[in-house]
Amino acid sequence: MKNIRTYEEINAKIESKKAVVLTADEIMDYVDKKGLDQAVKEVDIVTTATFGPMCSSGCFLNFGHSRPKIKITEAWINDVLVYSGIAAVDVYLGATQLRHNDPANMDYPGDFTYGGGHVIEDLVAGKELQLFALSYGTDDYPLRELRTYFTIDDLNQAIMVNPRNCYQNYNVAINCSEKPVYSYLGILKPDMKNLTYCSAGQLSPLLNDPFFETIGVGTRVWLAGAQGHVYAEGTQHTGVADRGDNGVPREGSGTLALTGDMKKMNKEFIRGVSLKGYGVSLAVGVGIPIPILNKEILKHTLVRDKDIYGPVIDYSYDYPQKTGKILCHLSYEQLRSGEVTVLGRKVAVSSLSSYTKALEAANLLMDEIKRGEFLLSRPLQRLPVDIKCKSMIIKEKTE
Amino acid sequence: MITKKLMLFFPKCEVEKPIVYHLIKDYNLKINLIRAKITPEEYGYLVMDITGKEEDIERGLEYVKGFDVNVNATYRGLRHNEEKCTDCGNCLSHCPSGALVVEDSKTRKIIFKPDKCIECLACIRACPFNACISIF
Repeated sequence: MKNIRTYEEINAKIESKKAVVLTADEIMDYVDKKGLDQAVKEVDIVTTATFGPMCSSGCFLNFGHSRPKIKITEAWINDVLVYSGIAAVDVYLGATQLRHNDPANMDYPGDFTYGGGHVIEDLVAGKELQLFALSYGTDDYPLRELRTYFTIDDLNQAIMVNPRNCYQNYNVAINCSEKPVYSYLGILKPDMKNLTYCSAGQLSPLLNDPFFETIGVGTRVWLAGAQGHVYAEGTQHTGVADRGDNGVPREGSGTLALTGDMKKMNKEFIRGVSLKGYGVSLAVGVGIPIPILNKEILKHTLVRDKDIYGPVIDYSYDYPQKTGKILCHLSYEQLRSGEVTVLGRKVAVSSLSSYTKALEAANLLMDEIKRGEFLLSRPLQRLPVDIKCKSMIIKEKTE
Repeated sequence: MITKKLMLFFPKCEVEKPIVYHLIKDYNLKINLIRAKITPEEYGYLVMDITGKEEDIERGLEYVKGFDVNVNATYRGLRHNEEKCTDCGNCLSHCPSGALVVEDSKTRKIIFKPDKCIECLACIRACPFNACISIF
């Protein structure tokens, strides 16, 4: 399809504060009113967003060198283990890391009140944290132990590096067994008494760009208020998905690897998560602008909750045993109604993705663009459309 | 007939009188106990709805205030912290009494209705953001 505007033209309009921007929530009614042909002439950008737990999140921190120097080999921030198998005072803090001595599920179901995600939340909120670090000592890095207190302002770098965010679509979890299931999609009551979904649906970035026409490696994103970017396809990304007639995936599918400067983030959009009986995680708010380069791209942003379907999967058996069985598909419109029918039974609905916060993020991004403070970037590389997501095979050593 | 919600907090549980019995018997009140903990030598609480004639409720309250008890007619034992709440909606299928609801389908903001809360505490276990807390 022929493009009717370029990235350069859009950015020129942003810089002169004349860009026409709508959120993915607003664009649907706008096009209904104006018609596609008129709307595509007027609208430069549609902002999309999502907010929810994204377990594959974390950050690289650099502490600067102490006197005397230490080459950290083991370290804990607020008693949460960080990875230190990199340069002397660099560490990686992961969202799902438990706090030292957390009884986890030995006291089933565990509470998981504090972990990696909460440390990241505290960092962004500017709180004082404790670093405890050990080393074996070397000639050039003699210090073998230290305990100190710091805030994010004391660090040289605090760069969020999230290998998998913004799942294009997601499973809807239900429990067909007679016992409660404690999952990363919350507490699932026995006998299909409730279910949980986790997607911003019609507002979610990759559901508004189902074939990755504009969101690619190098795309500038709004990562919890900081201007970050997509640095790669996310882990487990696949472009080969079960798609509906409208091209929208009916399962997980695409993912994004995101990075951004934590010193510029808004604490409202970086929140530690405690999931009973499961563990800790981090909820992240992400906003992504979609440049309306042509009519086809605009058309994709018109997708509504009623046209997006998630697969309902039994988390008591089919999910853990990886049987591949799907009980049925439900639309996000059905899910948002609060009650759905599965296998002929009425089921109450929970959500782990906040539409409220996603809307806030989409609006904040829209405001930034309108103020001329957020420019769009052309992707350096398209996200893969043909790679599949492999399974792990447990096998004997190859002779 | 009116219904009042009431929270009685016993700093130290030395009250050995059957308070609920007397409220029913002597003051003609209907008591719906929401949550209670009475353990000798420890703090204790009673959270309840009392239904009856206004003057009977007044007299009943006077009777209760005669003990070493904090009477609170505004708060419940379950608090919803709006700053911590991200409006994800994970609580919705866990709250059995409609105290945590979405009223605006556009913004999907979570509203807490204290008068509907029966303090079953299911939301505390379900909330990933620790937004629902019990004051006891």
